[in-house]
Amino acid sequence: MREIALHILDIVENSVKAKATLVEVIIEAKNNLLTVTIRDNGKGMDKEFLARVTDPFTTTRTTRKVGMGIPLLKQAAETAGGEFTITSELGKGTEVKASFVIDNIDRMPLGNVAETAVTVLNPEVDFVWVYTVEDRTFTFDTREVKEELGDIPIDSPEIVTFLKSLLTENIESINGGINL
Amino acid sequence: MKSIADIKAIRDKMQAQIVNRDNKDAELETRIVVGMATCGIAAGARPVFNELVDQVTSRGLTNVKVTRSGCLGMCKLEPIVEVFVPGEEKVTYVKVDAQKAKDIIARHIVGGQVCTDYLIGEE
Repeated sequence: MREIALHILDIVENSVKAKATLVEVIIEAKNNLLTVTIRDNGKGMDKEFLARVTDPFTTTRTTRKVGMGIPLLKQAAETAGGEFTITSELGKGTEVKASFVIDNIDRMPLGNVAETAVTVLNPEVDFVWVYTVEDRTFTFDTREVKEELGDIPIDSPEIVTFLKSLLTENIESINGGINL
Repeated sequence: MKSIADIKAIRDKMQAQIVNRDNKDAELETRIVVGMATCGIAAGARPVFNELVDQVTSRGLTNVKVTRSGCLGMCKLEPIVEVFVPGEEKVTYVKVDAQKAKDIIARHIVGGQVCTDYLIGEE
């Protein structure tokens, strides 16, 4: 992966596959540490599977024997002087947390968060994105968008294109010229 | 700066279009599916997906849905895009990038001609 935002996309796809109805993505850049938390209310994992989940040869799939998403994120965080944790409870959900030292030379760029956020838009799943840089925060809650939309699906191309420009503008404003 | 409240205008415009549509439209919907598993994402599926969506929006195409799927089992050929046009055979494009995505919309979805140079076996 070339961007942290691509890792986020990959992990959020796991949440959607785990039948989550609410996924929260919290991105925080503060005091030289970039922290990404992805929390869902999906079906979760049992202790035995959770213990093996950072092993690339662990997957729930039956069509192939590798599961690279989580190990790649763990590696990206640890390479950049950060930490990776995953907690999960069967029937309750999963939380993935990865941190990156911002000025670490091996940290990959955060990348295009707006594009990731609109790629996962889904009428059946709600998303809350909280984006913080130092003391500036922007929150994007798809439940508010769906309320405005009524019976129009949130993943309609016109809506996706509009929301991408909304998110891009707001994220740029929160960044305040900082390139994460 | 844009806000969620601005969605109302787009919604009103779209609702007017939906009223004008025929009920049979759902059966006539073209589906474009982008593989969005770890392999697809790492190979560049996200910009492909976004280019397809932006092209559908800017060309005002109705009845075209861009959606995502998991791993299709051919990771080395990602990003993979499948096109389902009602009444026609499924077309699978491999190693797609944003420029090819633009071409797929222009030549296949709008023009009705399969982009044979992006098919499996031609890569």
